[in-house]
Amino acid sequence: MSVLEIRELVTEFRTDDGVVRAVDGVSLSIARGEVLGLVGESGSGKSVTSLSILRLLPEPAARIAGGSILLRSKSGGELDLARATKAELARVRGDRVAMVFQDPMTSLNPYLRIGTQLAEVLELHRGMARPEAWERSRAMLEAVGIPDPGRRLNDHPHQLSGGMRQRVMIAMALLCEPELLLADEPTTALDVTIQAQILELVDAQRQRTGAAVLLVTHDLGVVARVADRVAVMYAGRIVEEGPTEAIFAEPFHPYTVGLARSVPRLDTPRGRRLEPIRGMPPRNLGPRRGCSFRARCDFALEVCAELDPERRAVGAEGSRHLVRCHSDDVAKMRATLPGVARRLEVLP
Amino acid sequence: MNEPTTKPAPAVGASQWSDAWRRLRKNRAALVSAAVLVALAVVSVVQPMLSALPYDRADLALGPTPPSAAHWLGTDLYGRDLLSRLCFGGRVSLAVGLVSTGLSFVIGTSWGGIAGYFGGRVDQLMMRVVDVLYTFPLIIFVILVLAFFAHQDTVFYEAFVAVYGLVNERARDPGYLPLYRLFFVFFALGSVSWLTMARIVRGQVISLREQPFIEAARSIGVGHLGIVFGHLVPNALGPIIVYTALTIPEVMLVEAFLSFLGLGTEEPLSSWGLLVAGGAETLDIYPWLIAFPGLVLSLTLVSFNFLGDGLRDALDPRVRRDS
Repeated sequence: MSVLEIRELVTEFRTDDGVVRAVDGVSLSIARGEVLGLVGESGSGKSVTSLSILRLLPEPAARIAGGSILLRSKSGGELDLARATKAELARVRGDRVAMVFQDPMTSLNPYLRIGTQLAEVLELHRGMARPEAWERSRAMLEAVGIPDPGRRLNDHPHQLSGGMRQRVMIAMALLCEPELLLADEPTTALDVTIQAQILELVDAQRQRTGAAVLLVTHDLGVVARVADRVAVMYAGRIVEEGPTEAIFAEPFHPYTVGLARSVPRLDTPRGRRLEPIRGMPPRNLGPRRGCSFRARCDFALEVCAELDPERRAVGAEGSRHLVRCHSDDVAKMRATLPGVARRLEVLP
Repeated sequence: MNEPTTKPAPAVGASQWSDAWRRLRKNRAALVSAAVLVALAVVSVVQPMLSALPYDRADLALGPTPPSAAHWLGTDLYGRDLLSRLCFGGRVSLAVGLVSTGLSFVIGTSWGGIAGYFGGRVDQLMMRVVDVLYTFPLIIFVILVLAFFAHQDTVFYEAFVAVYGLVNERARDPGYLPLYRLFFVFFALGSVSWLTMARIVRGQVISLREQPFIEAARSIGVGHLGIVFGHLVPNALGPIIVYTALTIPEVMLVEAFLSFLGLGTEEPLSSWGLLVAGGAETLDIYPWLIAFPGLVLSLTLVSFNFLGDGLRDALDPRVRRDS
């Protein structure tokens, strides 16, 4: 049973040049206890997708123009977040659905104590009085591995290191034991050793509480390490989705292949340049005609200019591996991957 | 003993406020100013309680006398003790400064905070109201307020009698009308001095509202008002406090100016502005009548300005000097 099911979500931004469809018909679902990695380059719409779920878009410039975002409770109730009222959203935010942001340096209020900010969540959603909320916050800081949590509650954010602040953000997100955790580039602003610790922490909390996790990132290494399934986004669409091993070992979309090729690896021979995907991503202005990746694609066919590829199932039976591509010459695509890249364990 | 004395370690991880306090303490002018203001306030509050010479007891036979052992600062044209009048005037002047500034703080912060946070049409509308009020001459506004509300036929007067009646059974006595009118001076000054405050707060809020921590606050379900007053205003408190400290002397000066024109505080009450105005008329024959009130008023204004400057430096992280 999926905790979150997004169907044909469309999110539009009004700009001076016209309406941009940042998210254009995205469908995805996340099961309880599952980590879904949402990857893509800058501007592919992955962050807008996660912001759309909690309706944190900069309205009125941005709006959800279509589709539904169903949040399912354990008892089977359904709430469509795309149509939820302000009051319903306020109840869901920070309680059933929580968010961890990219930059822990700026995501905590610099003037308020750590404890005040943590306790606010419990006061809002659990109606707790300050002393009780404070004590629960202390326990949660301890659970996310912050030493001397009692003293830290009285600190201001600038007294904490970046890694500690991200732990605080995670503690804040977990206070109400959310059913769904949205993590938007949670490790991008951190150095590598801290990244690993934060990912372990997210994973441990998922196992403990059974929360579903949507992990938005452009870091394939992070995804390979913690995600159960991966969705690859390009120009506002999910172009390929499937189990993590299948996405890395047996990709079906030229874009996924290109991403895998552009990642630096330990076994890359010295002096060899990384292979970028040529060209720039499109801006999604005006109506869509044909596949939006075709201008950058080495395997484009004539049909790609005419017809928008439909979603089709590929790969092993029952693996829920989906791709949007007209080409089925996967052998030729994968031949461009460096020899060992077909094995997941060599990815960072 | 030649033990090397270890310096106390610098406060590790001091909060923004203790940091600011540490810097303020190093600013001698600001500290002295704060001490002067506290001293003036204490004397103004305490002296009328202890003195045997009420501020309004006239002794026409005595008339104006220079400072003496009986009357330390002399007496005015009606033989009233100048020290008592100065201290009572201090109560009025400081109260005008604090109450009006408090009013301007509350209105200005709310108005600017809401306009800045919601932006768009709400902001346009609210700030155009501020612009219009800016163009409105202050004196005319005060005259209008006093003319419309500060007479005995209003519900406000009944409310005043009811409340003041609790402590003084002769509250309806026309002699207390000046006291009643004084409240409208508070109100009128407060309601015109919030405009700049609103602009300052709006500017701060606009620069802060796109910060990630505001989005983070929204993501945990904090409502609009919670974000404005719980997250945005606290971040703008530095500039707000500084501007508040600078508004107090400004308001006091306007009160003095209004009293000088005969619009503010009225006899037999006293305020520093009123005393200066009265003293100015007899400047060449009874110079002490303007010297003392003028000195105290100037001292207060200078002190508030020094304190405001000190607070601005202490709260501005950009001038954070170490050690």
